[in-house]
Amino acid sequence: MRPDLWRSISLLSKSGADTRLGRRSLLGLGAALTGSLALGPKQAHAEPSPASPPADAPWSQSIGPGVVDRPYGRPADTEAGVIRRNVPWLTAGTESSISFSPLQDLHGIITPNGLFFERYHAGRPDVDPDQHKLMIHGLVERPLLLSMKDIVRFPSVTRIHFIECPANGGMEWRAAQLNSLQFNHGMISCAEWTGVRLSTLLEEVGIKKEAKWVMVEGADGAHMNRSLPLDKCLDDCLVVYAQNGEALRPEQGYPLRLVVPGWEGNVSIKWLRRIKLGDKPWHSREETSKYTDLMPDGTSRGFTWLIDAKSVITFPCPEKPLDRPGLYEIRGLAWTGNGKVRRVDVSTDGGVNWQSARLHEPVLSKALTKFTLPWRWDGAPALLESRVIDETGYVQPTIAQLRKQRGTNSVYHNNSIQTWQVKPDGSVFDVQLV
Amino acid sequence: MSSSSRRILLLCAGMLAAGTIACVAEPGYYGYGERPTPEQIAGWDIDARGIDGVGLPPGRGNVHKGAEVYAEQCAACHGTFGEGEGRFPKLVGGAGTLRDDRPELTVGSYWPFAPTLWDYINRAMPMPAPHTLSADDVYALTAYILNLNDIVPNEFVADRESLPKVKMPNRDNFLWIDPRPDTMAKPCMNGCADPADIRIASTAEGKKLTPRTTGPLDTMQQR
Repeated sequence: MRPDLWRSISLLSKSGADTRLGRRSLLGLGAALTGSLALGPKQAHAEPSPASPPADAPWSQSIGPGVVDRPYGRPADTEAGVIRRNVPWLTAGTESSISFSPLQDLHGIITPNGLFFERYHAGRPDVDPDQHKLMIHGLVERPLLLSMKDIVRFPSVTRIHFIECPANGGMEWRAAQLNSLQFNHGMISCAEWTGVRLSTLLEEVGIKKEAKWVMVEGADGAHMNRSLPLDKCLDDCLVVYAQNGEALRPEQGYPLRLVVPGWEGNVSIKWLRRIKLGDKPWHSREETSKYTDLMPDGTSRGFTWLIDAKSVITFPCPEKPLDRPGLYEIRGLAWTGNGKVRRVDVSTDGGVNWQSARLHEPVLSKALTKFTLPWRWDGAPALLESRVIDETGYVQPTIAQLRKQRGTNSVYHNNSIQTWQVKPDGSVFDVQLV
Repeated sequence: MSSSSRRILLLCAGMLAAGTIACVAEPGYYGYGERPTPEQIAGWDIDARGIDGVGLPPGRGNVHKGAEVYAEQCAACHGTFGEGEGRFPKLVGGAGTLRDDRPELTVGSYWPFAPTLWDYINRAMPMPAPHTLSADDVYALTAYILNLNDIVPNEFVADRESLPKVKMPNRDNFLWIDPRPDTMAKPCMNGCADPADIRIASTAEGKKLTPRTTGPLDTMQQR
């Protein structure tokens, strides 16, 4: 921390007065604080803070900005490092790429809209909602063209669901590679979605009895399209225009997207513009050359839509190490495309012994579920793992169990148990066990 | 309200009261929106199905023409002969590598259906100006890329008749039914392994493959 900065601020506030100047200095302070937090917990104890007791802090001796100073609002300046991040070497450019949610800095089951992971195939389109249309046609009784105003008139539903890219963890099939919670698990986010059931729209157009498949397509430059079985569309799919209570973000498909609960994120088409019913799947590029899983014998699995049960400890993690021995709360998230999380077990010894964690309400179907377990760390090396069991009885596998079935080249659907190695100094590393 | 929609409403009310799930309304029940014109549908109805080519439009293109269009529209990213520039996708090669330790997944070695190639080029390429090529040019590019992969001869002409008949080398190697769950772990709670057997096989410590996860966005350009 910069003592000179503190001094100038407290001088300003003591001398009374120029709050405008004070605010500017505080903005500069934001950057200084961010830098100091990045140093880690140990240094934080080292020197007494001039704004902590017994001192009265400068923000306690001044008047702050008024209402609508920030008409929309934004996080505190000191949270500026809590952002989506990408791995530049992963893709040729950022337009067909992915970014990761900062799970290490999130605290619940809802992902803030600005931190929801992004996946584009032709960049983020800037769609005009007044001109955007949804066309429904093909094997239907009555083709339909809907404006956004039309869509919002239909009976609305609100549901909380996660969306996970099936490539989440895809860099770890061979070995532990990325020393980060954000980069190994951040292709998942969870939001409250509001829209109309897809089944309502399909009933409105009338489904011909030969129809068995539904093609969904986006208005982005990739004209991204996937095939879905009609049964899933009639079961729980949503055509949504709102996310966490406000209009969808452009990054998430503004003004309209599909949400296919519990299935790989790629099928939840963003900037949704067309729904076509047919008697066979389309075998689009995204469901043949991509989003298929190559097995060791050279065959591939296609139409592997389901997100199997998965969990991860979000504290501690490589980004959030431990400080000193003592009592901690191990925290994490669990989810399954099969419905609800039934149980999460946590091990601190690499899977020899397990204890069931506490699940936090709400435990919702096809949504993130929070779990915690108190843990007294004695300062010894530890191997932390979490293991979810979903309502079908399916148990999250180890990476070794997955490799035995699928080898190392299937890219997608790595839902294995994450192991975090805790060293005596409290640092945490991504490892895989024999 | 017509008598039939009134009947449906009554039926729905009864079902809701009985606690059963959502009721089915007849087509046009809400009556929102408009019926698209044939021209509106034709403008957006761009899909071609992989397995049988249904949806492929009229038009045609040969390998020679495809080479010209490719040089102009595709080579900058995908390489002169489909070898891929930088991290842009390779389009050619990889035949026989799918069981290898480092398999090469390309149009030739991996894609199961030729019409899918037409569909994808048409809808998504060229990347800076997607869906701007003529149907003929897309047919020509499809012919050229298949030819680069030794799947069709030099004199091949791609059209709605010929493309569905092209047998892609990897066509029969896809299982289109999900076989999961394919692991059967048991949730053991105590003494699940000999502590002596718990060893670290690999660690990400020191690999430095990831950007920083603090501070401003790290583009990894400074390393």
